[in-house]
Amino acid sequence: MDDIKRKYVIPGDVITTGPYRAEENVNLVGDKIIATSVGISEIYDSGVRVIPLTGMYLPRIDDFIIGIVKSHTSLSWELDMRSCYPGILPAQDVFGRDFNPKVDELTSRLKRGDLVAARIANFDRSRDPLITIGDRDLGKIEEGELVKISPSKVPRLIGKRGSMIQTIESATKALITIGQNGYIVVSCEDPEGLLKALEAIRVIEEQAHVPNLTEKIQEMLGSNSE
Amino acid sequence: MGVRKSDIVLLDDKGIRCDGRKIDEPRHIMIKAGVLKNANGSAYIEFGENKILAGVFGPRDVHPKHLANTDRGILRCRYHMQPFSVGERKNPAPSRREIEISKVIKEALESAVMLENFPRTVVDVYIEVLQADGGSRCAALDAAAVALADAGIPMRDMVSACAAGKVADTIVLDINNEEDQEGQADMPVAYMPNLEKITLVQLDGVLTAQEYKKCLETAINGCKIVYEVQKKALKDKFFGDNPQ
Repeated sequence: MDDIKRKYVIPGDVITTGPYRAEENVNLVGDKIIATSVGISEIYDSGVRVIPLTGMYLPRIDDFIIGIVKSHTSLSWELDMRSCYPGILPAQDVFGRDFNPKVDELTSRLKRGDLVAARIANFDRSRDPLITIGDRDLGKIEEGELVKISPSKVPRLIGKRGSMIQTIESATKALITIGQNGYIVVSCEDPEGLLKALEAIRVIEEQAHVPNLTEKIQEMLGSNSE
Repeated sequence: MGVRKSDIVLLDDKGIRCDGRKIDEPRHIMIKAGVLKNANGSAYIEFGENKILAGVFGPRDVHPKHLANTDRGILRCRYHMQPFSVGERKNPAPSRREIEISKVIKEALESAVMLENFPRTVVDVYIEVLQADGGSRCAALDAAAVALADAGIPMRDMVSACAAGKVADTIVLDINNEEDQEGQADMPVAYMPNLEKITLVQLDGVLTAQEYKKCLETAINGCKIVYEVQKKALKDKFFGDNPQ
């Protein structure tokens, strides 16, 4: 069933009292389902959830993220990924199994400020999230413009089955890498296209709660390119 | 104590208070969410003549590390009055009163914020009183709750606070500075309006059991009025021109 009821909510708003399953960002108190974040509530056939419009990124295993190298120890790097926890990238992941902390200098591969495309390998409540770059298309990002948006607006930027991001990419010829944590790298050979893509991302962030945003963006990019 | 009683009339025969309000009328309240760029969440409140700014950071790493709790986050709160917030210059160093208010605000917010979702982290709430006029702890708490929601920190419910008190033998809502100085009792209350739970009650003065009950009810009604203003502040910021 595609019948989803949406509503704007703030913490404490009672979304429904019906027999639904309480999912993300809601709290079940007695028979009331109460929102815990500012966002858009969704009631669908199996449950109730709130898509937050603000807040930090909470790491989830297998999420694709973009991190910024903050510091390193002799065995691992620490990445800023706009979360309440730093991401830990072990040196073995980058140097391979024959990594030797006495010989290998970590800064030779990744320095403070470098951008890394990575995946969350492991995370639970008891320790900081473990990051890996041992996969295809992961690793240091060499070029591009970094844009920061709220992590909760990432799904909006991607759109239904990637429709929004495809619209922007095809209209501007830019390559956009989106991390689930709200860090985005945009690269484009044409400076005009780069500016347009950045503007489109900014508009999406500002108007994430507005319906029919894909059409608006199409219109905006279409009219700009002529 | 031989001190000359002030000659202001706190409550006249028509039931009008010294600032022209009725007994169950709060002062003018205005809240704006998201006023600071560098904080994760922020809010500005004008509650009568009170002007208060609240900023929230976090959840973030705890420093010093030994304060961190391994199975839940911690909340830190600082209530601070600017030197120019009162008539005579206030020493900017934290006073006994400020330390106490920081503590009660922290405890009033703690029961609403879902800190168990963020082990080993801290949520910092900074409150700056720019101008004070009686009832600043309630106003500060209102601003802090909006700032927390603005920062996207999960909360069981909003926290709304409002004071009530006894002035000229009558229970009145939202005590101002004169009424606080000259009145008989002052009772700040913080309340979670949807869960119908109280997170803070303080009482300065003497009330009979009956008066106490009435005072609490009056304050809770005030909290509900404040809640509507908080709601509007958040909806204005996040949903703006697209109301539902």
